[in-house]
Amino acid sequence: MILSVRDLKVSFRTNDGLVRAIDGVSFDLDESEILGVVGESGSGKTVSLLAVMGLITDPNATIEGSIRYKGRELVGLPARELRRLRGNEIAMIFQDPMTALTPVYTIGWQIAEQIRAHRRVSKAKAMERVEELLAEVNFPNPHEAMSRYPHQLSGGMRQRAVIAMALSCNPALLVADEPTTALDVTVQAGILDLVRKLRATHKSAVVFITHDMGVVSELADRVMVMYAGRVVERGSRTELFSDPRHPYTRALLGSIPPLTGEKPRRLPAIPGSPPSLLRLPKGCAFGPRCPVRYEPCETEKPALGAGSHPAACFRVAQA
Amino acid sequence: MIYAILRRFGQMLFVMFGISVIVFLIFFATPGSDPAARIAGRNASPEVLEAVRHSFGFDRPLYVQYVTMMEKIFVTGDLTSFVNRGWKVVPAVMDSIPVTLSLVFGAAVLWVVVSIVIGIVAAATRDSWLDKLLMALGLLGISMPVYWLGEVMNLITQSRYHDSWAFSWVPPLGYKNFSDDPKGWFLTLVIPWITLAILYIGIYGRVLRAAIIESMQEDYIRTARAKGLSETRILLRHALRTSLIAFVTLFGLDFGALVGGSALLTEVVFGLHGIGKLTYDALQNLDLPMIMATVMYASMFVVVANAVVDFVYILLDPRLRTS
Repeated sequence: MILSVRDLKVSFRTNDGLVRAIDGVSFDLDESEILGVVGESGSGKTVSLLAVMGLITDPNATIEGSIRYKGRELVGLPARELRRLRGNEIAMIFQDPMTALTPVYTIGWQIAEQIRAHRRVSKAKAMERVEELLAEVNFPNPHEAMSRYPHQLSGGMRQRAVIAMALSCNPALLVADEPTTALDVTVQAGILDLVRKLRATHKSAVVFITHDMGVVSELADRVMVMYAGRVVERGSRTELFSDPRHPYTRALLGSIPPLTGEKPRRLPAIPGSPPSLLRLPKGCAFGPRCPVRYEPCETEKPALGAGSHPAACFRVAQA
Repeated sequence: MIYAILRRFGQMLFVMFGISVIVFLIFFATPGSDPAARIAGRNASPEVLEAVRHSFGFDRPLYVQYVTMMEKIFVTGDLTSFVNRGWKVVPAVMDSIPVTLSLVFGAAVLWVVVSIVIGIVAAATRDSWLDKLLMALGLLGISMPVYWLGEVMNLITQSRYHDSWAFSWVPPLGYKNFSDDPKGWFLTLVIPWITLAILYIGIYGRVLRAAIIESMQEDYIRTARAKGLSETRILLRHALRTSLIAFVTLFGLDFGALVGGSALLTEVVFGLHGIGKLTYDALQNLDLPMIMATVMYASMFVVVANAVVDFVYILLDPRLRTS
């Protein structure tokens, strides 16, 4: 077990009151496993992973619960210690490669900066390593790419550079926050191939955040579905796709256009919109949008339950 | 990059030419007034008027007048002030250039260094008492008029406390040539430098603080944190570096304007005969050739300062090198 998150709660103090962005999230991650985290915007995917990275810098945020990396508690770890892990053992890939790199330095400089922050190596040695890394993420001309500035590269190339940077210190855990959302489909496929290949060569565990069920079905070993700051369903990829239990998961899968057979005139959409975290319903957060809700959903929050494929829904418990 | 710099240089020459034409037209082709009469000054005799008319080529076409004028300012340098009875204009300007440059350049070094330190410290300790104190002091600096501050400085260092240990080193007002007396040059300018710099320290410190705080919200700062860099490194190498662009813009405008005569008040208060003082005196006497020369000089400096800023931009921001 490389990462073990238990009952993680993240809340933000705002002018309108306390916002609980993450409400009791727990999950585990094994070595070289890919965990897909799925959910709509605002479901808490990103915040929970930023908490793992120790990157929630907002002074109004409070983090409770436990995040153990290789058995070591990260919540409350001093900033210095956390910094030694970040970029070194735990690396992160961000959503928008257009803005994720500092515009005034070359790609090579920025990757070497990370290497030299964690390893005692000369500049020349670091640059050699940068060239290897860029070759590994399929830059056609790695030596030339090193002296390029971010604005001189396409979105896909920038994302490759960000991935090369994340891999520079052989991290045991890679956190990818929607790394393909800002890219077009052909480039997306290349990046997904890359992530798979890297898992094989570097043995890194990967947490892959996305709202794209297609990406998850291609990449993830296990899947976790989030809604309004809670995990609503969790299971292996096959379990989740062949037997979706939570109505929200079913609705998400139902909104993917079928590849074969007759095309529906309109794709089914989930009615309504995610609830405001300031005014969550008393019972199940998905209740107001749920096609199969009944009395218990109005008054009580369903628990996730245990087992290999739990779902937080009274209907599932009932069945 | 070389191409970008050359192109900018070409643009600069073009703008200078444009300015010289416009300045010339304003002074010599304004309808309904006789430039010869204005150059010759009040109560000029008909002979003087005729001499002026001939020497500036007012009896010939406009473009000849323009060329004659530019020749007098830039080539032969024999533009003469009639109001001040044969005073050569160009040497007078040349004499006051080092005074203004010494004043403004020294003040600029001071305000850039101090405001960068203040901006960084305030941004790093954002919302702390130190940040609030620095910003309040900055506001105070901006609010004090330079002529008042200068006089207070003089009151303290020249008269009231001049004999105390703290200010006995301050020499009397006036300017000393750097080549004759480097130590005297430095000592006479210390108080003017501080006086002139205080306003800009306030402005630049506040601007830089805001720019750094804005950069700290950028995605690439989050990337830098995810890389495991120290907060100091993130602040100096990533946030400050990208914030300097706004800073340099402001600097180019202010520096150009100051060298072009905006340091007038400081020059007058400290008895420094610089470009500002020269322009001011020329305006009081309606000394047209002198005004013409100082306006040309001032606008050239603004243009040069802006070109230098653009060169620095190209160095600071690689995105500007290719486009």
